[in-house]
Amino acid sequence: MSRFIRFVETFNSLDKRWIFLAVGVAVVTATIFRLTFPEIPTPMVRAIYDKVETLPVGSRVLLPFDYDPGSEPELQPMADAFVRQCAEKGLKMYFIALWPLGQSMVEGVINRVLLEEYPQLRYGEDYVDLGYKSGGEGVIAVILTDLKKLYTTDARGTNIEAIPMMAGIANIRGFDLILNVSAGYPGLKEWIQYAGTPGNIPTAGGCTAVQAPLLYPYHPDQMLGLMGGIKAAAEYEALMMEGYPKFAENKARYLTALTRMGPQTVAHLAIIFFIVAGNVAYQIMRRRKGAAR
Amino acid sequence: MKRIVWWGLLGLVVLVLALRVAGGEMRSPFADLQGFGVWFAAFLTLAIVSFLYNDNPIYRFAEHLFVGVSAAYWMVMGFWSTLVPNLLGKLWPSLTARWFMPGLAEQARDPLWFLYLIPLAFGILLLTRLLPKGGHLSRWALAFILGTTAGLRLIAYLTADFMGQVQATLVSVAGYTPALTPGGAGVFSFERMFWDLVAVVAILSALSYFYFSKAHTGAFGRFSRLGIWVLMVTFGAGFGYTVMGRVALLVGRVEFLLADWLSVL
Repeated sequence: MSRFIRFVETFNSLDKRWIFLAVGVAVVTATIFRLTFPEIPTPMVRAIYDKVETLPVGSRVLLPFDYDPGSEPELQPMADAFVRQCAEKGLKMYFIALWPLGQSMVEGVINRVLLEEYPQLRYGEDYVDLGYKSGGEGVIAVILTDLKKLYTTDARGTNIEAIPMMAGIANIRGFDLILNVSAGYPGLKEWIQYAGTPGNIPTAGGCTAVQAPLLYPYHPDQMLGLMGGIKAAAEYEALMMEGYPKFAENKARYLTALTRMGPQTVAHLAIIFFIVAGNVAYQIMRRRKGAAR
Repeated sequence: MKRIVWWGLLGLVVLVLALRVAGGEMRSPFADLQGFGVWFAAFLTLAIVSFLYNDNPIYRFAEHLFVGVSAAYWMVMGFWSTLVPNLLGKLWPSLTARWFMPGLAEQARDPLWFLYLIPLAFGILLLTRLLPKGGHLSRWALAFILGTTAGLRLIAYLTADFMGQVQATLVSVAGYTPALTPGGAGVFSFERMFWDLVAVVAILSALSYFYFSKAHTGAFGRFSRLGIWVLMVTFGAGFGYTVMGRVALLVGRVEFLLADWLSVL
């Protein structure tokens, strides 16, 4: 038996843990060397960016953060980018969460982005945290007609009537845009089904890569744009860099998705190599067995 | 022998970490609460990743801890964000404001406050599952939850998924895209017409693959084989996106380990 065939045989029955190790090494190496690649924004991502850009100052944007730390590496860059763009444009931000841990994601964005980078913005006048509500799509169905039926206080326990930016909002039809960040159920699909489509409210958002194929059919009539996974987040950051050059100055802080796309690309190359090599090895062994018979 | 190698490796890692901490190159776990948190998070991350090698007690500890903490957090959040303001606050506003939420003080009692006794009763019925006898009473509450959810979802699916999707695809196949804003002009687009036509053919061919009342031969067989290709492309897209999602999570954890824990980035 030749050395090549012995190698092919070994490869054919390779323990999957070697593949895990190879992907791990690829990711660690690319992360250490900070590999980045240029991103070309796709029309679906650009549609969201353009929509936010064209909203008049003072427009109301509902930001439901329906995710938790489990999907933070994928979705946090999107959430940060949405909030930064809204803050730059002078839009009023209304945070809510249908996931219990979404509440802490909202608090994280407020502390990290709004309080640190935009200290001039005032809580209750420029942004408000309405907190978490359980009930999934039931919550959306109720606030489509009466927001104050469920939201009697904000997340800090302040009466909703005492919050200046809540004046004149009877239900979510009063919002100019819904920008959702979604990790599953309830998430962007439910916002489209229960708010965007019946309420005719412009709806868009970012989601985990796993969800993306299920949400594409809603584009463009029911969902004006979609950001699927870290790749789309990187595209959005590229647009932010183009529109607001100051964000290019500190990549580690403002362009986290772009920096994460380097290891992502290297890991994909490693996986593609294993898929191709595995199939080639399988075919070679199959033909050898066929010839032996 | 294998066990000695593993213990040797572990000892080496601990030694390197201790030297780095002593040299001030990375955060000490005993310096402050944040330092301890970072070390504990790093330990949990490695514990979860260790499952890739084999199932082990450290992995199971991390898994059980995650499930327990998540459930407890969920319960506490549900109590403070929903039960207190939306149930207790409606039934006994002044009492709730005095003891739980000062923000509710300015709110008058709802004239139909007694209606909230129904969800309170259903909530209590749900807890009867925990009793040794009378667990069947919880079915009333469950039946209500199931019925309401089914009703809500049926309408939403009919409006947004069935009607909305059919309209979005078929209207533009006819060469016309309705205006997105009220009073606006409709748009004609060859490109969209083409892609919607592709979508219609793809859906019909995929559905034909699951139609077993007719033999998959001749033109129908060829059409259903096209459906297999459509399904394969869909699964491939799903797989690709899943890989991207999982790798993104891995990158996130690697960044945490290298930057926040080891301080090498």
